[in-house]
This record gives sequence, structure tokens and C-alpha cells, in this order.
Amino acid sequence: MTKTIVKQEKTQIEKIEKSSFFKETMQRMVKGAGAKVGVALLAVIVISCLLADYIAPFSPTEMDFTALFAKPNARHIFGTDGMGRDIFSRILYGGRYSLALGLSASLLGTAVGIIIGSIAGYFGKKVETVIMRVMDIWSSIPTLLLSILIATALGEGFFNTILALAVGEVPVCVRLIRGQILKERCKEYLEAAESINCPKAVIMFQHLLPNVISPVIVHMTMGIGSTITMAATLSYIGLGVKPPTPEWGALLSDARAHILNYPHLIMFPGFVIALTVLAINLIGDGLRDALDPKLRS
Amino acid sequence: MAPLIEVKNLKKFFKVPAGTLYAVDNVSFTINKGETVGVVGESGCGKSTLGRTIIRLLDATDGQILLEGDDITHVTGKKLKAVREKMQIIFQDPYSSLNPRQRIITTVKEPLARSGRFPRSVINEETERLMDMVGIDARLRQSYPHELDGGRRQRVGIARALALNPQFVVCDEPVSSLDVSIQAQVLNLLMDLQEQMGVAYMFVTHDLSVVRHISDSICVMYLGQIVEKSPAKELFSMPLHPYTKALLSAIPSTNIDEVMQQVELKGELTSPINPKPGCRFAPRCPYAREECEQPQELQEIAPDHFAACWRVKEIG
Repeated sequence: MTKTIVKQEKTQIEKIEKSSFFKETMQRMVKGAGAKVGVALLAVIVISCLLADYIAPFSPTEMDFTALFAKPNARHIFGTDGMGRDIFSRILYGGRYSLALGLSASLLGTAVGIIIGSIAGYFGKKVETVIMRVMDIWSSIPTLLLSILIATALGEGFFNTILALAVGEVPVCVRLIRGQILKERCKEYLEAAESINCPKAVIMFQHLLPNVISPVIVHMTMGIGSTITMAATLSYIGLGVKPPTPEWGALLSDARAHILNYPHLIMFPGFVIALTVLAINLIGDGLRDALDPKLRS
Repeated sequence: MAPLIEVKNLKKFFKVPAGTLYAVDNVSFTINKGETVGVVGESGCGKSTLGRTIIRLLDATDGQILLEGDDITHVTGKKLKAVREKMQIIFQDPYSSLNPRQRIITTVKEPLARSGRFPRSVINEETERLMDMVGIDARLRQSYPHELDGGRRQRVGIARALALNPQFVVCDEPVSSLDVSIQAQVLNLLMDLQEQMGVAYMFVTHDLSVVRHISDSICVMYLGQIVEKSPAKELFSMPLHPYTKALLSAIPSTNIDEVMQQVELKGELTSPINPKPGCRFAPRCPYAREECEQPQELQEIAPDHFAACWRVKEIG
């Protein structure tokens, strides 16, 4: 009886403590001006993409033959492409796909990289050698080739596309985190954690990881932009979306042919991607600062 | 009754590219309940490795470690967990021994939480008590390590080590990175706590004045081996081994009339990698003879006073 009460109490308090850590970090993050702007910007972009059905003036595939390659005007605020499709609407609809893909592929790649890198760095010796050699091989294969392999082996699908995009992130992330851990793993607080009976997983993820994660966060937020453009390449190999479904990367690559005559085709999607990356970078920086107690005011 | 800690022929070797590094080689000694054993020697002689091997942070290459008569040299799993709760360590560098991303209250709380023996309310109470015990102000308890000075950080390290009421604590040069004024505070704290809790210390240091102040008995190490062990006072009044003599003669005297008889050592510490069999101090020893190339055994010269030198009676 008392045991269960104690247990209940325990889990309750643990919940409170965990949520308060999360809350605290979030509060600290939004305190920074940069992070505030980032969160607001990303929120605007995400919400308008989600509400594309209501905001977009046209269907993304609707062709207006009276206005091919139209310059931005009152009817088509970002102009139209060679088939008379409204760029503004295509950006809104395309964002749903590109954002989901870019964010989840980067997160997946980074998460896997962090786990493998932590194991390599913390355990060292043979485990490290094996993992790092595998990563050498992995990163020596061009990312596109790996993506083609995945496309052929697993076929189409949203998740397979994420996998194909994430696969290139992993070795970079493993290297980054392992390098950081090499610097950190001789510190005595890890020995102290061992001497007070912390399980290895706890030492790795609770003690070591928070001290090595900063560069990985920065790397991840920087990588999201290239992941989004990379997604366009994937449609060539049968992954990703098929035209005419809009997607940011595809908008860019379609516009490339007309860059001299109709620069607005590439300008607007490019600008939106840049804004998104900026917003995520700002959030990433804010998060990194919020996680570092030394920068706490 | 069995002594608290008994170390028998303990060896810890490391494989390095150049060969085998004899960090701890054939070390035996005992520590009784509530006693302090000082371990002195110059940097790199294996003092810290010895401490870490005894509390099972490193695995022994050979030999035995007995805790209250039980062999703990190779215990694993739950038994190891139980053993570690009885043996703790205080680290040298209070800057790297605390997790910089963890509030100090969490650091002190962690051993209690990890032991899984206490309900939350007891853990919180106990954490407060520990912080009071080592003298960390209530206002500082939610801070991060970088906000504290060296002495306070070391107090946090001490609170963490003593949280589970261990019987044995390895103090790995706990004061050598602190200011002298704070050194005294921390040493006094350690001695007070020993009185209150009856904990035994193995006090690793290269600072002879500290070790004299705090120890009941002293082991002198040279390149992984104990060359002399003796009750603390006797070591200072009657050093036997040539190395101990040289070490003690290096302490500056405050007596202006006393002529300092300094034994100067030639050369450097020889390499601990693949050492020759005989006395490891021989290449630097002013009394060295051919016989020194034979392995030396610790022999009892006076009651409880051992030295590993075959010429000890001649040169004494």
C-alpha cells in the first residue's frame, strides 16, 4: 500500500520536474530576441501553409492560359509560371510537403547520428573503430547514389523519401558528435556518474549529450535548407513528389530554365526557403543558448 | 575482524603502443575502519590509478581487493552496485568533476536517486541535510557549477561522495587545485566528516604537508610500487627508503638555523613502460649497487614500518 503511494508520488514529482525543465528551457529560449523572431516567422510560414486551402487564391495546378509568365500583379501577387500557374498558391501548397519533409528528414538524420555518434564516442576502442570505418564508407558513397538505392529497394512513399534524405545527414552528424565527445570524455564528472551507479545509457544521454550537442543543433538547422532543395532532386529518381504537385525544391529547379527572362519565378520560392531557413536557424541558436547555463542571465 | 579494505598484490597494467604500462604493480596494504591512509608519490607514479582500481572504476589486471573480507575484485551487476555505494571518490579537479549543465542540487541528489532505496521526500530532505553538512548556502543550491568558486565546488563533490554514507572514500588530490586558504577549510571539513561518520579515507596526494596533517599511516609510491609504508609520524621522523628521504628533504624548513641537507635526485622518473625487474628507483638512487637489479620485497624494519630496499639497514 505505502509502496504504491510512494511510487505514485515519485512518478508525479518526476513528471513535474521533467516538464519544468522543458518549460524552463522554452521560457529561456523565447527570452532571446532572435529566437522570438524565429518562432514568429516559422509560425507564420507553417500556419499559412497549413491553411493554404483558405489563403491560396488559386488551386496550385490551375492553369491560367491568359497569363503565362505573368509578372507579379494584383491578380497573381508572385506572378505565374510558364503554364500560367499561380506561384503564390504553389508556394503555399508546396510548403506543406517541403516543410514536413525537410524538418523530419533533418531530425531523423540528426537523431540517428547522435545515437550512433554517442555510442562510438562513449564506448571508444573497437566499437568506435568499427562505427567510424562504417561511417567512412557510408560518407564516401555519394548521397544521391544512396538515395537511388533506397528508392529502388523500398519504392516510393513519404517515409522512404524522408529516409533517402536523412541518410546523407547521418555520417556528418556522427563525426561531429564523436569529435565533441572525444574532447569531453576524459572529464571526471563522467567517472563520478559511473561511481554513483548511473547506467551507461544515463551517463551517455543525460550527462554527456547535453555537453556536446550545441554544434549538432547548429549543423542541423543549417542543413534544413539544403534538405528541402535536395528533395527536388529526388523526384528525378522516383522518390518525392511527382509533378504537377508543387514542392519548393521543384519550384526552384523548374524556374532555373527561365532565370534570365523571368527572374521572379526563382526569386519568390528562393526567398521563402531562405526565410524558413533563417527562422529555423534563429530558433536553433536560441535553443543552443537556452541549453547552456553559462549564458543564462 | 577483517580490515575494511584489504588490497593484495594488486596490479593494473595498461596496453600502450610502446608496450605495457605498469601503472600499479604488486601493491598490498590494508585500511581499517575510520582510518586515513595517505598515498604519496610524484606525478605519474600510479596513485590515482590505484585509487580508481580499488573502487572499481578501473578493472584490476591481477590481484585481489577485499571489502570487509569479501572479494570484490570481479563483482558485477547488482553486487557491483552495492559495492559502489560503500566506496566513493572525491576528485582532484572540481571544475571537471561536476557536470556543467546540471544544477548542483541535482548533482548531490543523484546518488540518492540512483540507489533507488529512498522515496522522494526522503531524498529531498537528505539532499538538504548533505548541503548543510558540507556548508553550501541555501541560496546557492539552485546554481550551476560555473557560478561557484573552487572551494564550494569541491564541497559539492564531497557532498556527492558522502551522500550514501560510504565506508570508504578515495580522495584523489582533493585539495591540490585549491587556494591554500581554502585547502585548509576543505581538509578540516573532510576530517570533521570523518569524525562524524566514521568513514575511512585513502588520501592520494603529492603534498607532504597535507598528508602529514591528515593521515594515520602513509604509503610512499614510486612507479607503481609501494617503496615504504609506515605510521604517519614515524615516516617523517624516521624515513627509511632512499626515495622517501629524498622526498622529505625537499620540504622547506622554517628553521633558519637548520642546515638543509637536501638529497638531490639525478635524472627523471624512468618510464613505467616495460620496466626492468629490480628496484625501480635504482637509476636515480645515490646508494644503488648491482644487487638493486634484483626484485625488492617490502620488509618490516620497525613495527608496522616497511621498506622495500635491501640496503635500508646500512644506510639508515
